[in-house]
Amino acid sequence: MKRHPYLIIGNSVAAIAGVEGIRQVDDDTPITILAREPHHTYSRPLISYWLSGQVDDGDMFYRPEDFYEQNRVDVILSQEVISVDPQNQTVQTADGHRIAFDKLLIAAGGQPIVPPDIPGSDADGVFTFTTWDDARNIRDFVTQQGVQQAVVVGGGLIGLKSLEALVELGLQTTVVELADRILSATFDQTAAELAQTMLEEAGVTVLCNNTVAEIATEDRQVKEAILHTGQHISCQLVVFAIGVRPNIQMVADTSIAVDWGILVDDHMQTSVADVYAAGDVAQAPALLSDERRCIPILPNAYRQGCVAGQNMAGADQLYRGGLVMNAVDICGLPTISVGMTTPDNEDCEVLTALDEEAPSYKKIVLCDEKVVGAIFVGDIDRAGIFTGLIKQEIDVASCKELLLTEDFGVISLPTEYRKHLVSGMGIEV
Amino acid sequence: MQLRKWLVEPEFRIERDPEKCIQCGVCVRQCANDVHEYDEEEEVVYSDSTNCVSCHRCATLCPTDAISIRPFPLEFRPNAVWTASTLRNLYKQADIGGVLLTGMGNDQDQPMYWDRMLLNASQVTNPSIDPLREPMELLTYIGRKPDSVQFERIAGQPRMTTQLEPQLQLQVPVMFAAMSYGSISYNASVALAQAAQQVGTFANTGEGGLHKDLREYADHMIVQVASGRFGVDSDYLNTGAAVEIKIGQGAKPGIGGHLPGEKVDAAISATRMIPEGTDALSPAPHHDIYSIEDLRQLIYAIKEAVCYSKPILVKIAAVHNVSAIASGCVRAGADVLVIDGYRGGTGAAPTMVRNNVGIPIEFALAAVDSRLREEGIRHQASLIASGGIRCSADVAKAIALGADAVNIGTAALVAMGCHLCQKCYTGKCNWGIATQDPYLTKRLNPNIATRRLVSLLESWALEIKELMGGMGINAVESLRGNREHLRGLGLTNRELQILGIKAAGE
Amino acid sequence: MKRIKINEQHCIGCRLCEIHCLVQHSKSKKIIKAFREERESIVPGIHVEESGYVSFALQCRHCEDAPCIEACMTGAMYRDPETEAVICDQDRCVGCWMCVMVCPVAAIRRGPEDQVASKCDLCMEAEIPVCVVNCPNEALVYEDDAVR
Ligand SMILES: Cc1cc2nc3c(=O)[nH]c(=O)nc-3n(C[C@H](O)[C@H](O)[C@H](O)COP(=O)(O)OP(=O)(O)OC[C@H]3O[C@@H](n4cnc5c(N)ncnc54)[C@H](O)[C@@H]3O)c2cc1C
Ligand code: SF4
Repeated sequence: MKRHPYLIIGNSVAAIAGVEGIRQVDDDTPITILAREPHHTYSRPLISYWLSGQVDDGDMFYRPEDFYEQNRVDVILSQEVISVDPQNQTVQTADGHRIAFDKLLIAAGGQPIVPPDIPGSDADGVFTFTTWDDARNIRDFVTQQGVQQAVVVGGGLIGLKSLEALVELGLQTTVVELADRILSATFDQTAAELAQTMLEEAGVTVLCNNTVAEIATEDRQVKEAILHTGQHISCQLVVFAIGVRPNIQMVADTSIAVDWGILVDDHMQTSVADVYAAGDVAQAPALLSDERRCIPILPNAYRQGCVAGQNMAGADQLYRGGLVMNAVDICGLPTISVGMTTPDNEDCEVLTALDEEAPSYKKIVLCDEKVVGAIFVGDIDRAGIFTGLIKQEIDVASCKELLLTEDFGVISLPTEYRKHLVSGMGIEV
Repeated sequence: MQLRKWLVEPEFRIERDPEKCIQCGVCVRQCANDVHEYDEEEEVVYSDSTNCVSCHRCATLCPTDAISIRPFPLEFRPNAVWTASTLRNLYKQADIGGVLLTGMGNDQDQPMYWDRMLLNASQVTNPSIDPLREPMELLTYIGRKPDSVQFERIAGQPRMTTQLEPQLQLQVPVMFAAMSYGSISYNASVALAQAAQQVGTFANTGEGGLHKDLREYADHMIVQVASGRFGVDSDYLNTGAAVEIKIGQGAKPGIGGHLPGEKVDAAISATRMIPEGTDALSPAPHHDIYSIEDLRQLIYAIKEAVCYSKPILVKIAAVHNVSAIASGCVRAGADVLVIDGYRGGTGAAPTMVRNNVGIPIEFALAAVDSRLREEGIRHQASLIASGGIRCSADVAKAIALGADAVNIGTAALVAMGCHLCQKCYTGKCNWGIATQDPYLTKRLNPNIATRRLVSLLESWALEIKELMGGMGINAVESLRGNREHLRGLGLTNRELQILGIKAAGE
Repeated sequence: MKRIKINEQHCIGCRLCEIHCLVQHSKSKKIIKAFREERESIVPGIHVEESGYVSFALQCRHCEDAPCIEACMTGAMYRDPETEAVICDQDRCVGCWMCVMVCPVAAIRRGPEDQVASKCDLCMEAEIPVCVVNCPNEALVYEDDAVR
């Protein structure tokens, strides 16, 4: 049986980063990619832009057309891996192939969660929203069925992204969120309220502390969403965006250790030598936390994939830990949240500045004179500086009063760190 | 204090071409006198000419050349006696009182004798020399020369047995005049020191002491001892390449100095060895010198302190009986005599003193050189001419009149960017030269300034060689005191006589 | 690679770098025209930060491990293979601001019209970046890493 020196499962951010990581160290050993989907590597976060028509087919691709060729990658599309055999160093595909590897990178991402116990959740008109095909199916359904109203279940990142596209398509939309506010994982009450106002101004109905209990159908077609509170919302389309679960079935019952995702060390290696995991599928060391966490965001997926790739090719690259962060544009209102934004720790100090008119909101969370979290709504231009402060664990005691000021900038930072940024060779990740 | 508008019109008018002004605000940010202001409501830049000193900083940096600055067009009623500047001074003084102050050298329309002397060139006989093809010597030694030299013959080869006094070796017969750290910025001091080192000449600390970071250039720095004795200790004397005793300064003969306390920051206080924030007052006289004998004592005290290893310079202002004073200084033991003419620059001087005291360097130099020759002591000291040397031709003429080398101050500052606004005494030099305000001193990048100074001296060296070549002279030695190479133009017989030159056509 | 070295001690806060950056990235490349017609729509890739007498002109550091490239969801942010500069292909940028979120020196701005990311491209069309050429005090110097 032919052995593949580098085998990668997945064809998205973490996988591509894996290729780029390997190529930083090893110029020519062939790489093989096994991908479930039929497309050239594309960008998942772009599917909402595609659905709203802001981005067309040609601009969906994450890397140029000649990427595989340039990087000597053998890519096998529409091949789903169903299991991994770490002992024999092989993987098994859905159509019966067994493929042997020397080094394996599992970058299979996650699967959207659809609660099976909700009646009607298998009806026509119920969708999830993570792949290009999801978006394609929604667009086809909307045009074919003449959909007027839609309900999005889940007011998190992906829920809001789909919501924006649906609004753009001219649908009347309602978002139902279980928590007391939208974007509850990353936003505090104030930021969430500002975001909610923007949504409402765009015509979206926002319902918090609520969820869909049942989907009423007629001829398998969605007719109504019936909420937990008994409220009926007439709609022809329901999008479930209540979270993703790492794709770990393929390693079930193997010696590869899993928890919520596949557990990896600070070299992105799983509990089994030569088997690596990266991206949404991996549960990796995280900043501001003692435990390994799944943080399903693109920058982490890239960094993890790249580190895994470099290590697979023989380098000794450390993964310094992921950080929860997100940049979300809510109907034209830019927002950024980084790190621990709603501290449960009593010792944390919180600085805020709110201007409801603008609107603009800034919140900085400090712990032991170090920034551990930040929220920016409206005025986001300097947010990156705070991400840097969190990652580098810089003591900001000397510039604390300046953190929220209008002209806060690199110049306000502690001198040594400032000089490092200004005259250094760029930052280390 | 703001002058009252009802008596004093602005000196300058700023003209902003609205077609070209892009409201970028560079002028607003560059003016230390707050002349320009951006009006956010109307999105235009306004200029209030009242405080303009015509330093050209804004106009030079304006990316569209939208700004020009002219003398204020409203002229005083013509009056040959009561000129505009006289009237202005009167109004100003009546308004705020006190002594009128100014910066830089005398700007009055008095005759420039350099321009009334012309250099010679060879034709037919004694053919001219092409400096690009043939060697030309500008190397100059500054210091006391022996009365005579003795030789002995060893294995048929002559060998000099005379012990020579210490000398300074100059690759170009041009040094930088004394400008103290305090009157000029640290960056300007660094640039002068670096340039002197690169070219192979000397910079001069002035009376402000030697900043510790400038010690690395000390072998190209002359350290000055002035009446305030700022920064002077045995270490200071021994660090420099030579020691200069400053008796007088051309811009303000008979007057001391005053560096206001607000300029005495930590670095200047450490360098001058005085408490931070106190005024640095240089008395008019050295309080231990009241006679030539006293001067001799100081000269020899310093010679002792440096173990006779360095030449001692004495700097005097060109005043009426300068030749007698010069003779006394040389007899008192000065190895080098620096004569500073009445056009010499300054960081601050009373206007009346600057404009009315002293004599032109041309006459002082000729008179001193003649006198020392007559007395047979010319070789005992080198002569340095300073005060208003503007170009290489001035240098050549000064050497032909009798100087060994010259000092340049203003010309060096101009090379660094000075636009002669004469506001050095305000501490708001927009070019970052005559200021200690950290916001302004940054404007002078010492590396750029060094490069420009080096460039200036190198081009002057080339020009001097060209002039010498034209005269058929291939070493600066042969030009020194060679007044045959000078002719006067439009000078009276008496002037020609003092200068020791013939009239053009003679 | 060749980078812009910032000499903080020589920055005089005149902002000529910002002005010339704007001109260089305008359609006409003529200063007066650019300011009349495009001033509002171009965000210069260099910004002078100032506090008291300390100032410096900061632009993208073209980091070796550029976090903005890693965070870019479209692939619009890429490293130019020739110059190694970090470049934003504005035709592909969708304005998600992930790059703004991760740039530790805040060198990426929203513009034009807050639609796409705007940053220093080391003046791809000029041999030496115009901010360096036009800095009157050599506070910005274009030099090879190897020189350092
Ligand atoms: C709509 C949307 C918007 C988003 N917006 C943002 C955002 O603004 N910011 C942000 O940071 N993140 C965002 N994300 C998250 C981001 O897309 C993910 O973090 C990132 O895509 C993770 O990359 P990955 O490579 O780990 O996994 P995925 O992108 O999930 O890719 C998994 C890959 O594995 C393949 N695969 C899966 N299972 C198998 C199998 N069994 N066999 C073979 N191949 C398999 C898939 O086909 C796919 O190619 C968004 C995601 C979505 C869906
Ligand atoms: S040194 Fe400065 S203040 Fe003095 S004249 Fe020159 S430019 Fe003006």
